[in-house]
Amino acid sequence: MAGTAPKAGKEGGTGYRGIVGPLLLPTWVMVGVFMVIPVLLMAVYSFLTKEFRGGVIWDFTLAAYDQFFLSRGLFGDEPPRIEWTYISIFWRSIWQAALATLVCLIVGFPTAWFIATRPARSRAVWLFLITVPYWVNLLIRTVSLKFLIRDNGPLNESLMSIGLIDGPLPLVNTNLAVQLGLFYSYLPFMVLPIYAAVERYNFALSEAAADLYASRWVTLWEIVLPIVKPGIIAGCILVFVPSLGAFLAPDLLGGAKTFMIGSLIDEQFRGSQGNWPFGAAAAMILMTLVMIVLLAYARAQAKSEAR
Amino acid sequence: MKGVRHYPGFLAMAVGCLVILYAPLIVVTIYSFNDSASITTWGGFSWRWYADVFTGPEAPRFKAAAWNSITIAMLAATTATAIAIAAAVAMVRGGRFRGKSATFALINLPLMVPEIVTAVACLIFFSTIGLTTGYMTILIAHITFCIPFAYLPIAARLTGIEDVYEQAARDLYATRAQAFRLILLPLMLPGILSGFLLAFIISLDDFIITNFVKGAGMETLPTAIFGSVKQGIKPNIMAISTMMLAVSVLFVTLSYLANRIGQRTRS
Repeated sequence: MAGTAPKAGKEGGTGYRGIVGPLLLPTWVMVGVFMVIPVLLMAVYSFLTKEFRGGVIWDFTLAAYDQFFLSRGLFGDEPPRIEWTYISIFWRSIWQAALATLVCLIVGFPTAWFIATRPARSRAVWLFLITVPYWVNLLIRTVSLKFLIRDNGPLNESLMSIGLIDGPLPLVNTNLAVQLGLFYSYLPFMVLPIYAAVERYNFALSEAAADLYASRWVTLWEIVLPIVKPGIIAGCILVFVPSLGAFLAPDLLGGAKTFMIGSLIDEQFRGSQGNWPFGAAAAMILMTLVMIVLLAYARAQAKSEAR
Repeated sequence: MKGVRHYPGFLAMAVGCLVILYAPLIVVTIYSFNDSASITTWGGFSWRWYADVFTGPEAPRFKAAAWNSITIAMLAATTATAIAIAAAVAMVRGGRFRGKSATFALINLPLMVPEIVTAVACLIFFSTIGLTTGYMTILIAHITFCIPFAYLPIAARLTGIEDVYEQAARDLYATRAQAFRLILLPLMLPGILSGFLLAFIISLDDFIITNFVKGAGMETLPTAIFGSVKQGIKPNIMAISTMMLAVSVLFVTLSYLANRIGQRTRS
């Protein structure tokens, strides 16, 4: 007898339509004031002049971006040339993040497939085991990894004791260690969305392909991959974006040669040697890169939904 | 023919994944019980480094850091969950309204902006408005980035609850507040619990943003551990790590159980 409802209003709803504004106000205030305004302010800071004690002078200039992209020699009087120092740090970060994403995909897809094809009970156990590390403090996980792979750590010691290697493998402070750290940090982000996609996959399609004499791998490539592609792309984004701005893995596992964007930005806000406008500019460039990736993803998804 | 679900080598990959994910954690757990002061050699089983965490020379520092971490996580998760409940009710039950998709983007913004960028932006903001960095600034930043983590499980749960129960209550002259408190809130509870636990863990884990907005002399557990690790991995750090590991496993188990109960009540 919904028609006789005395207070539910003419929409027949549950009475929340009139108070949407008050309900959302705390969210708007918190995220607006402490997230949107700070990011806008950061954009402004990237055009200010640096102060030497760490801070800014309110004089507008392009100096921070100029320092990032151009070099004018030691005394600033030479004609501008392209400055590769910072561009190459960004390039290395993009490359490391892309490689980490690829490795996570190569390892994560078979894992997700395997889990999704288990019977219900053991599937829950597998999922639980994959999600637990996601809940463990990233700092602790990274420190643990460093402990394991350092020069006289358990991994090298045991490899040497069984005679597989003569001296310790120099793993720490290399690109490989950073790569391993990123892979280890974000692997669950790859497995979970692919798992969700494979779980919805209709295996009758694979059976039909097999009936028509398609081999397993042809079926995987031609039938399965196109169908679970949204899950794969979501996983790739969830790994690539945090890898790009990662700080802990490169800082703890890498050395001077594996410097990434995160450490570059961090350094600009440490002590009196910092350069706040330059740090803000580097953060702006990083955010722009991430937004380009996310927008491309959103557009691709809108297109596939429209189809 | 073993069926179309089977691919050779996939089992090995899955097992390999688990080995890579767990080996470092297991090794550190084992070495946290090492009696030797050197982290390289094994000197027998002992609780010595656990005792050291609570009574050793660094104990006051760790205790203060742990207190800060836990109280901040508690306050941030509670506040973020309350904000997220209101937001979820408005987004799921509020029908169509102007600015809905903009609000959705706003809620998820902290997930899309890289952490280091959020950290820089917060530091710049607090320093511009002249707020002294410390406990308060950490708390504000944590509440903000915890909102989407609390929101997602709560909204997911709420979407699955039909509004017929509330409508029945309203038909029987329950006020909006009564219908919410007696009908909707109990039904939402598993989602609220998951959201709270997720926000709590996210706050407890955060290093990058905290490190930027904490100010001098203020430490949470991750920043204290980071400071110690810079001088080398010591056994007491491994003991702390193992304890935090145990807390995380406890939380994920709780959240898993909350979800299971939620699924049972839905069907």
